[in-house]
Amino acid sequence: MLNYIIRRVLYAVPIIIGVNLLTTLLFFYVNTPDDMARKILGEKNVTPALVEGWKKEHGYDLPVFVNPAQNGIGKVTRTIFFSKSVPLAWLDFGKSDRNNIDIAYEIKDRMWPSLAVALPTFAIGILVNLTLAMGLAFVRGTYLDLWGVVVCVIMMSVSTLFYIIGGQYIFGKLLVLSPISGYDTGGYAAKFVILPVVVGVISSVGSGVRFYRTVYLEELGKDYIRTARAKGLSETAVLFRHGLKNAMIPVLTNVVVSIPFLFYGSLLMESFFSIPGLGSFTIDAINAQDFAIVRAMVYLGSILYIAGLILTDISYTLVDPRITLE
Amino acid sequence: MPVILATDLIIYAVFLATVFLAFSAGRGDGYLKQVWRHIRKDRLAVASMLVLLAYGGVALMDSIRWRDPVVAEDGKMARTAEGEKIFSAEPLSLLDRALSGVKEKTEKTFSAPLARRLFVKETMEPQDGKAVGAGLQVIRDYPPLKYPGTHLLGTDKVGGDVLFASLKGIRTGVVIGTGTTVIIIPFAILFGVMAGYFGGVTDDVIQYVYTTLSSIPGVLLIVAFMLIFGGGGYEGGLVTERNLLWGFFVPGDRLFWLCVIMGITSWTDLCRIIRGETLKLRELEYVQAAKAFGVSRPRIIARHIVPNVMHLVLITLVLQFSGLVLAEAVLSYIGIGVSPQMGSWGNMINTARLELSREPAVWWNLASAFAFMFALVLPANIFGDAVRDALDPRLRMGRR
Repeated sequence: MLNYIIRRVLYAVPIIIGVNLLTTLLFFYVNTPDDMARKILGEKNVTPALVEGWKKEHGYDLPVFVNPAQNGIGKVTRTIFFSKSVPLAWLDFGKSDRNNIDIAYEIKDRMWPSLAVALPTFAIGILVNLTLAMGLAFVRGTYLDLWGVVVCVIMMSVSTLFYIIGGQYIFGKLLVLSPISGYDTGGYAAKFVILPVVVGVISSVGSGVRFYRTVYLEELGKDYIRTARAKGLSETAVLFRHGLKNAMIPVLTNVVVSIPFLFYGSLLMESFFSIPGLGSFTIDAINAQDFAIVRAMVYLGSILYIAGLILTDISYTLVDPRITLE
Repeated sequence: MPVILATDLIIYAVFLATVFLAFSAGRGDGYLKQVWRHIRKDRLAVASMLVLLAYGGVALMDSIRWRDPVVAEDGKMARTAEGEKIFSAEPLSLLDRALSGVKEKTEKTFSAPLARRLFVKETMEPQDGKAVGAGLQVIRDYPPLKYPGTHLLGTDKVGGDVLFASLKGIRTGVVIGTGTTVIIIPFAILFGVMAGYFGGVTDDVIQYVYTTLSSIPGVLLIVAFMLIFGGGGYEGGLVTERNLLWGFFVPGDRLFWLCVIMGITSWTDLCRIIRGETLKLRELEYVQAAKAFGVSRPRIIARHIVPNVMHLVLITLVLQFSGLVLAEAVLSYIGIGVSPQMGSWGNMINTARLELSREPAVWWNLASAFAFMFALVLPANIFGDAVRDALDPRLRMGRR
């Protein structure tokens, strides 16, 4: 298994390089470093000397991908792409282009509001979805099941915006149970976090329950379940002891893959509920054309995605002893 | 002078494809006919299909547009100094023209559905006969509408008819829902089949490309891309015959670029599915037989592989549709979707959301945008499921 993990990690290296290449390409496609400098220094009263100075200070005075002035390996290493990408490997994000803030510090700082919203949404969401899905599977074939699925389809056809705006209107304005948006530090954060979490969970119920129900029912159609019933096990034992354990594989695939979304996936929620997390950090950076921050966030996002994929594979071996990673 | 946007081409393509599918399903005894028989049994799916067709019809009407020449004061065509005809800056679509009665009935500002008076009080001169006391006195009251009782869904902040705005949103929704997949279909088929059929280095490279693409957080990619390319599109100014590409074609507006980038982010899934299916097909007997007969590889791919992955394309198209429509609204809402001038449900929601905090709340803008969106997405979900079940029962399980 260790071999397998090492191989997967090594395979991730070219992918991460590709991601960085793409980010750089996309960013510098219309924006030359000169444009960037001018934009950040302010459009007015910018002298060429100031632009050059800024570029030198921030390391943008090199060519983007290939440096023809250098010899040998320098052609590749003395470029913006290389000099900016390599330190990312040891998580050295450097300083932001605009305000010279320490990106690593900022990420550590803003991680907590993001997690405070994303983690409960994720955990409660899975719990609620799985429970409801198993409930529907328990009463499968009845009218309750039919209407449950109908409600699911209806719920997944409703825009997330509706849940957000509706939630803010009902809980924030009419019932005054929670603030409409915003954030506070420490224990005060709780009251700001509740609404986004509730909205997040509700908006995931439609597709989530339907998916888990399908997975679960597929598992219940298998032979070993029939055997379990035939030998006289109670329905609850069949559903929960036998069925649930074996349905874990597709469930895990779905769950672990969404782990990186914990990190940036609540980006939308953050911008709707004005939570000062990583999502809003990134959106602000893109709007301000701060390449350093965008690069760091895309890099982190893709690392987490790949880590999520590897974790999925590892988690398979934990729930299914038949699977070995070679 | 006709005007064709790149996004109009998408609608035309979808329209032609629908006509083609309907034609081949209605005739002969082929595969599509069996599929249609399967779908026809499901009354809910058929009803959904009719709703979708109605939406498609509105979108098509809104995609046929032309500019009227500007008529000068002397009744002749307005011309520039060089003698070129001048056309109006805004091309009007068939839908605009059909509903010009509704479109032009604008009020001053908000008014509730079917209201006879404006939603906000205004200071106004007392009407004749009602005047109390001195003639200079003014009263504050709800002024009567210019067109009382005609706005079925009320009017928005600048007095535009909400029903009309919602109808204009249909085209945007349909373009995003279908265009995103339509744009990527050729690439997904090409690369997916190549990866699956050729294997080896080709497979490695293509797999590398799509793994890399899917490792980038989708939302970030969309935001960055839209900031870079989102500025495109025709910016207005004097419209003459000369300053458009080929006289009538507008290559890319924001909506088009939105389709492209959302296509790039969702391309990976379709490509992966097609690759997997091709891997399976490659080993089947009839492909092996064709190979043994010495049929060339491009011919095998064109005759035996591609037709047999097309059902996956169709399934992906209908299944992705609803998610994409919903995503457009979210993206327009946070300001990286279509341009704010363009009719779209996301834009409607964006401009109307703050009005909920009024007392009493202005709810009809939001309600109609959500209702129109819901009425598109729900049938799309139901019909999508029916199509998937009919085309590929094996996929019924284990997929969302």
